[in-house]
Amino acid sequence: MLTLVLPRLISFEGAGRRSASVVERNVTTLQPSYWLVMASGFLEPILYLFSIGVGVGALVGDLTLPDGRVIGYAAFVAPAMLASSAMSGALSETTFNFFGKMKFMKLYDGMLATPLRPIEIALGELAWAMMRGNIYAAAFLVVMVAMGLTTPGLAVGAFGAAVLVGFAFGGVGMALSTFMRSWQEFDLVASAQFALFLFSGTFVPAQAYPPVLRWVVEVTPLYRSVDLIRAVTTGEVGWLQALDVLYLLVLFALGLAVAGRRMGKLLCR
Amino acid sequence: MTLIHARGLVKRFEGFTAVDGIDVDVQRGEAFGFLGPNGAGKSSTMRMIGCVSPPTDGVLRILDMDPRRDGPAIRARLGVCPQLDNLDLELTVRENLTTYARFFGIPRKVARARADELLDFVQLTERADSKVEPLSGGMKRRLTIARALVNEPEIVLLDEPTTGLDPQARHLVWERLFRLKQQGVTLVLTTHYMDEAEQLCDRLVVMDGGRIVAEGSPRTLIEQYSTREVVELRFNAESQEVFAGKLTGVGRRLEVLPDRILLYVDDGDDAVAEVQRRALSPASVLVRRSSLEDVFLHLTGRTLVD
Amino acid sequence: MTRYVLEYHLVSYRRIWRSSVLSSFVLPLLTMLGFGVGVGAYVTGGVEGVPYLDWMVPGLIASTAMQVAIGDSSWPVLGGFEWQRIYFGQAAAPLRVADILDGHLAFVVFRTLTSCAAFLLIATAFGTMHSWWALATLPIAALVGLAVATPTFAYAASVRVDSYLAVLFRLGVIPMSLFSGVFFPVESLPGVLRWIAYALPLWHGVDLSRAATLGTAPDWSPVGHVLYLSLWAGAGWLLAHRAFRRRLVV
Repeated sequence: MLTLVLPRLISFEGAGRRSASVVERNVTTLQPSYWLVMASGFLEPILYLFSIGVGVGALVGDLTLPDGRVIGYAAFVAPAMLASSAMSGALSETTFNFFGKMKFMKLYDGMLATPLRPIEIALGELAWAMMRGNIYAAAFLVVMVAMGLTTPGLAVGAFGAAVLVGFAFGGVGMALSTFMRSWQEFDLVASAQFALFLFSGTFVPAQAYPPVLRWVVEVTPLYRSVDLIRAVTTGEVGWLQALDVLYLLVLFALGLAVAGRRMGKLLCR
Repeated sequence: MTLIHARGLVKRFEGFTAVDGIDVDVQRGEAFGFLGPNGAGKSSTMRMIGCVSPPTDGVLRILDMDPRRDGPAIRARLGVCPQLDNLDLELTVRENLTTYARFFGIPRKVARARADELLDFVQLTERADSKVEPLSGGMKRRLTIARALVNEPEIVLLDEPTTGLDPQARHLVWERLFRLKQQGVTLVLTTHYMDEAEQLCDRLVVMDGGRIVAEGSPRTLIEQYSTREVVELRFNAESQEVFAGKLTGVGRRLEVLPDRILLYVDDGDDAVAEVQRRALSPASVLVRRSSLEDVFLHLTGRTLVD
Repeated sequence: MTRYVLEYHLVSYRRIWRSSVLSSFVLPLLTMLGFGVGVGAYVTGGVEGVPYLDWMVPGLIASTAMQVAIGDSSWPVLGGFEWQRIYFGQAAAPLRVADILDGHLAFVVFRTLTSCAAFLLIATAFGTMHSWWALATLPIAALVGLAVATPTFAYAASVRVDSYLAVLFRLGVIPMSLFSGVFFPVESLPGVLRWIAYALPLWHGVDLSRAATLGTAPDWSPVGHVLYLSLWAGAGWLLAHRAFRRRLVV
């Protein structure tokens, strides 16, 4: 029995090690300017939180949730900011940067001449994309706790949720990139991303939308992410959130599988 | 021992056949070449051997493994120098080697030591900390070759190793490859330069239109498909064709090219004397040894580089 | 001479205008719908006596002007020196540095104006314009565009790596669009931040635009606003000219 299982385990271990070498390559490329970009990226969701959550929040006042609870506008908006920043962080790394590496730098052609397989490259790039996003998420949650928008215990749970959101969108971003032909097409991705950002129950509860729009919104990935993180930070997790987790896991697995397959098709013709 | 074994190997892309059923055997320690013009199917063959392009049909065994199944294991023992340098532009020269070594799972310390060795081998030690972008074409090519050696491969695949390099850079690359050959590394290369094939290859196949049209050592190919010497005649005229008629009977064979006529002869000086006897006055006359270019011209009716 | 440079930019723009329509026009429209209409429903009683949507739309027009102007003078300028290197080609022609700079600036103003005009049209259809003065938002947009484009030209001509442009967006453009009175009144900002908002150009454009579309008097003297924005544009131009000279005249 053991002899049957063992070779598989070893080959899996090799895959993990090989994906890690892709991450290592990315770490080696880091330039001083990167740290500045990284530091400034951390500010972005926090600025949104202060502008919309606090500034506009003063105009809106308290919000009554569909289940009857009343919360401050900032506490309502903050988890949505976290979700959308996890999304945009994951997408920027896996669309624009990934596409450039694949199509213009021909980076993966060189890698594929080594024992690396397409799916291992995809996984390595995804893991790399997540590292930065996760640091942002953690920092944002610290700010939320400091502002009294959630508790430290709930923030730990929300961190896990944000990591999952990042992986799900990272998988989708990579899969999308393998279908792209030119830089211009990424404008469409950016617009779709912005539309999601505006209409995913981010600023107002989805119940405020007209019925048709509402059902469309409810099935979009960002809405499910907002729903999950908001439920965690406000401490109201139920069965629906289990569905959110499942949804995001499927999205991640699907995205990664499609990306690996398509990369194989594109690069190993 | 046979390192690469192909029988009836086929690569088809949508609506076009790049490699059309070739048989190849490469032995350990040999320098083996694919000679042919652009589009002959050389690069497609190389990509199949490099396990980054699944064969459409036929048998392919590399290091006694199946590339369809054992890709990673085979690639672990190959070194690949592609036609276009795909070096990592975001890394320095040395980092290109050390990072690449990590893809093979080589420990960091070993990778660093090997990188230094290889930089010395390709004469890039002084540029170790430079970025890749400002390097000359020859330097980039040498770095790509060094990168292909980082895993101490048993077979090194070189796709047109000197295309696009100036003569001086080419000779430096040839000299390094020759040293590798002496060390017993198996080299498989493609080229459309006959001088490169003559310099480097123990054995080669001539490819045209996805098929192998001849096989042997450079010397036997020349003996088999050409004469000892060639006379090149250029006439000052719209067309060389007119003069071809007046040259019948001179030498064994004659080829008319757009800008010159080639006479295949056993003795060049005799042939030149005969041309003068016939009162033809070419603008230039050149007597030279036969080359693989002539072999190719004879086999396909076309020149290698057009 | 400036005219030929502008012509060049207009001709190249013909090839890509479709994709830029999306980012410069559809995105602000979505913001208006998603944010203005959505959040507006929760802002009971409106702001300063008008519905929230009507109050924020003029701010969004000014903010669009700023984003289009900076977007079009950051990557294209860096690319003009580092990637496509169009400026070096132009400098080889009998053009002065000022011609090259002004021609490209004129194009940026053209882009700013067309984006804002389209937006103005849609916002009017939503019934958010209270006065004919609304037409004045266009020259205001052009002025805001110049005030932010010229220093951006200077910056983009001075850096060599595009990650510095990402930093400009994150530390400059995004904070400015979030805290310049577009989404909520500047008065609710704490002291120091409020003064930073006053010092930056966007708030001046927002205050002018809002006065125009609502048909009310601005918070500050309109002449003061215009002079202050002109000061940004003028100082920015001098910096940009110096940066361009440094790269083109060797």
